[in-house]
Amino acid sequence: MSKKILEVDNIRREFHMGTETVRALKGVSFSVNAGEFVTIMGSSGSGKTTLLNLLGCLDRPTAGDYLLDGTNVGKLTRNELAKVRNLKIGFVFQAYNLLPRTSALENVELPLFYNKTISTHQRREKAVRALEAVRLEDRLEHTPSQLSGGQQQRVAIARALVNEPVMILADEATGNLDTRTSYEIMALMQELNQQGKTIVFVTHEPDIAAFSSRTIMLRDGKVQRDAINENVRSAKEALASLPAADDY
Amino acid sequence: MSIFNLIRLALRALQRNKLRAFLTMLGIIIGVAAVIAMVAIGQGSKESIQTQLGNMGSNMVTILPSSNVAGGARMDASSFQSLTLVDVTALQKQATLLTAVSPVASIKGQSISGPFNWPTSLQGGNTDYFDIRKLTVQDGIAYSESDVASAAKVCLLGKTVVDNLFPNGESPIGKVIRFNKIPLQVIGTLVPKGVSSFGQDQDDIIVAPYTTIQKRMLATIYLQSIIGSAVSEGQSDAAVDQITSILRQTHRLRQSDDNNFTVRTMAELIKTLSSTSSLLTILLTAIAGISLVIGGIGIMNIMYVSVTERTREIGLRMSIGARGLDILLQFLVEAIIISITGGVIGVILGVSASTIITMTLGWPTLVSRSSIILSFMVCALTGVFFGYYPALKASRLDPIEALRYE
Repeated sequence: MSKKILEVDNIRREFHMGTETVRALKGVSFSVNAGEFVTIMGSSGSGKTTLLNLLGCLDRPTAGDYLLDGTNVGKLTRNELAKVRNLKIGFVFQAYNLLPRTSALENVELPLFYNKTISTHQRREKAVRALEAVRLEDRLEHTPSQLSGGQQQRVAIARALVNEPVMILADEATGNLDTRTSYEIMALMQELNQQGKTIVFVTHEPDIAAFSSRTIMLRDGKVQRDAINENVRSAKEALASLPAADDY
Repeated sequence: MSIFNLIRLALRALQRNKLRAFLTMLGIIIGVAAVIAMVAIGQGSKESIQTQLGNMGSNMVTILPSSNVAGGARMDASSFQSLTLVDVTALQKQATLLTAVSPVASIKGQSISGPFNWPTSLQGGNTDYFDIRKLTVQDGIAYSESDVASAAKVCLLGKTVVDNLFPNGESPIGKVIRFNKIPLQVIGTLVPKGVSSFGQDQDDIIVAPYTTIQKRMLATIYLQSIIGSAVSEGQSDAAVDQITSILRQTHRLRQSDDNNFTVRTMAELIKTLSSTSSLLTILLTAIAGISLVIGGIGIMNIMYVSVTERTREIGLRMSIGARGLDILLQFLVEAIIISITGGVIGVILGVSASTIITMTLGWPTLVSRSSIILSFMVCALTGVFFGYYPALKASRLDPIEALRYE
């Protein structure tokens, strides 16, 4: 149907802890097409984090091939990996990782600083557009401490979007948020997905996985289950079904 | 990343931690300010010492006849007749290390004006005499070339002589005094020089053309001494050698002959001068070195803490595409900005401190451009040197671990 953004072919990752060898990934293969919304699930120790690091080009596999947008990432140098991270991947972290005491706008501008082709003027324009996409256009000059958790995560999503990456890679992006805010974030993710963004979302909450179009389940360093989600839950509807304003 | 963006990022990072940045700077600020103020005080006192010594004629070279031996007893050096005008002319022509040469004649005696009299000495040379001896005319005029040529009966009085011969306060100019019965017209007075370091009253003097003294009082063709000004204090010793070789020639001395003259410099003054300035230089260099090293250690210390504290930020920057080099440069530029900003503030503080010292304590200060440039360069280098290691550490962090760092 559409082109493959991500191809993982039998990748392995081993860590050497003294004399012992820990095999975190024991041959994982899957591919993701453009426009898919994939969740990667698994309990702790399943190799989820290792896989995420590999997908995010923060790490290189011990064996096997990882093709991101047609590039074999396993063969790249540290600096080339940095460039790939800058141009092709948008990270969203559990702890937001925004720079403190720095406005939302400047936080979003940050990835563009590492992209030589962007001028100062373009940088600002793109950052504003990204913040508009996450509906924070009225919070441009707010610092993280002046924003709620959900808003902070939306700034982080805007930062992930700003360089127009081929894939958004979210790591437990709703882990620090309450149910309502999580749903809001998921609604935003779904919206972005509908606009054509490829999203890979790592989580351990089945609840969250229900919003994606496909779920890959990891267990002991192997793919246990890889299934298309037939009835994708709409985060907007889920949000509407929550009891309204149960606070106080 | 362009240098402009680097500076921007570094500035933003520093802005997020204003207090810490300022505290880091403080070491550099104090260091640079101390260096500039110290050097200013040092230079100021050196300058004023130099001016004072210069007023005493520290570059003066004196040529005396060697003392004569008559019947086993050494005679007064001035009694020995070996220096003549031929020597003066030769020195004026050939001695390139002397800026001025003057013959000297002097005689002690009693000066008389009306009912008042005063024992003093009458001294004189040619028109360069004033320059060499650092004598300045206060009122009236100095004697001229033609006065020297015609052995004119004119003189200038020192303050002590004026006070004693004209105690009622009237102007001595135009008056005629007598010195050893020779009438001399007063054409000027000298600016007081006070007592010399040997306790000698330098104002107890009457100055007249040497020809007047030589022809009208001493009746001799020989000179008591010759004085000259070396190009500078530092050139005094070289000037001595030059004078010696010229005079040996004019005196037609053979290789085996001893000099029949001696050349003396203001060696004591020169020694004082050079030892004062070198002591100051050593002292100030030590202070400068210590304070800048301490400032540098401050930078290194804080940059290290900063790298540890901002590990997650570094991880994040790496995950969104910063290369190791970008991180290295960012931290390095931060360190350099801290040190340069500290340097600029330090320069301003140092310059104002020197001004305040001059105004309140009255110490002479001299802010030299070289001390500003030097301390500025040193603190920029300090930034690079002490900022490099923490920056290198930051750039080598593993992004995975940095992101998970708590």
